[in-house]
Amino acid sequence: MVTFKNRIFTRNQLLKMLYHLGRYILLMRLSFKKPEKFSVYWAEVMREMVSIGLGSLGIIAIISVFIGAVATIQTAFQLVSDIIPKTIVGTITRDSTILEFSPTISALVLAGRVGSSIASQIGTMRVTEQIDALEIMGVNAPGYLISPKIISGVIMIPMLTIISISLGLVGGYIACAASSEVSTADYISGLTDGFKVIILQVSLVKSFFFGFIITSICAYQGFYTAGGALEVGQAATRGVVFSCIMILFADLVISRLML
Amino acid sequence: MIETINIHKAFGENKVLNGISAQLKPGYNNLIIGGSGSGKTTLLKCIVGLHEPTEGEVIYNGENFTQMNFVERVPIRKQIGMLFQSSALFDSMTVQDNIIFPLNLFTEMPRAEKIDRANFCLERVNLAGKNKLYPSELSGGMKKRVGIARAISMQPKYLFVDEPNSGLDPKTSILIDELIAEITQEYQTTTVVVTHDMNSVMGIGDHIIFLNDGLKWWEGSNKEIAHTNNKELNEFVFASKFMQAARDKL
Repeated sequence: MVTFKNRIFTRNQLLKMLYHLGRYILLMRLSFKKPEKFSVYWAEVMREMVSIGLGSLGIIAIISVFIGAVATIQTAFQLVSDIIPKTIVGTITRDSTILEFSPTISALVLAGRVGSSIASQIGTMRVTEQIDALEIMGVNAPGYLISPKIISGVIMIPMLTIISISLGLVGGYIACAASSEVSTADYISGLTDGFKVIILQVSLVKSFFFGFIITSICAYQGFYTAGGALEVGQAATRGVVFSCIMILFADLVISRLML
Repeated sequence: MIETINIHKAFGENKVLNGISAQLKPGYNNLIIGGSGSGKTTLLKCIVGLHEPTEGEVIYNGENFTQMNFVERVPIRKQIGMLFQSSALFDSMTVQDNIIFPLNLFTEMPRAEKIDRANFCLERVNLAGKNKLYPSELSGGMKKRVGIARAISMQPKYLFVDEPNSGLDPKTSILIDELIAEITQEYQTTTVVVTHDMNSVMGIGDHIIFLNDGLKWWEGSNKEIAHTNNKELNEFVFASKFMQAARDKL
């Protein structure tokens, strides 16, 4: 038996990774083949947009307000002194919310909410032969099931991120209003000081890729589910875990490339 | 007509089909029977293209289906209706939407005409007025009937049915069998039914293929099945005391 001591992956693990990568790429290619009928696919895109966008709005609103408030309080705790202008709290909260908290934490939460739903929905369709039924009819099952989800994800997740940024900054404002460390006027002044459009661009690029990662990885896990209810649950778990890892990896790569 | 020529299918080291050649006749109920693990569902899935045979060919009216790619198969698949063992209705759609789904994708019919077609198919399976129900609101027998309604919505030339009686009571099973036989007659479809239900075999088995250990062991009709000397077939068909008693009376 060949042993690979002092290596991160064994040969089998590496082959398995390459196998999944290849199958994932082929599935993505199939997903974006020409639709049988555009109007039917468009209706699916609209349905998914409502599911991903409106369905996630509540949880995104709640976490964004709290994250913004906590970020403001912690920044104030660390930076407020006589030699540092108080407006810096608003500036740091703004930049960290736009660049990291809103896109990344929202994406991690959405991986749990949207990703697990996609993987379990497609996985259930697989084990109950609904995907077979689509194929028998001559429907390109990956195209019909996966492409509307990916399109909706890459449109709605950046939109949710914009909402998250706005609510995060509102959360910071509320935290300032509720405490005496930093005045709301200083906070707002800090928010507007030296704003660079690039940080918003980076945030939106991140959320676009996060949207693709969440929807495509979870759809892949669901599509190749085999077995029964137990395996559907496992596919959903795998989808969420791999999505989270890839989100953090993409976060690093995009930050390195764009900043 | 559908023809299978020397179909082999293996999953890794596990050989499931070992060279099945058969002709499935139009206007007939072609039954594929056999014990659990004999390869009957695998054969059905090879015929409809859900599994690719390891070796051999499937011919639809002279066209080699096995050698076609996904796009080339679409015209043939539009002529296929299939009822799955689990019915495979789309959970997120109503009964009506399930039935008109293939019409939405592959026809330019006005919506009113599609709804008329759905109503006709539902009436045909005795489920008139159930248009707005969701699959979760249906019983097992009703799901099967909706599955049949969806399968016939495109007026198929080929009807495939996988274990139509599984999980159904005997009375509902007979109703489903009768429905399948009537549709075969009405539409002159090439109907292929995978089953191990002996009521179906005796009731609608115009043409029966018996599989054993991945091989075609016997071929004939339900009239011939009671008088065969094939040991494995007799053990399968007359496994129960009830069937043995019925044979003795024949």
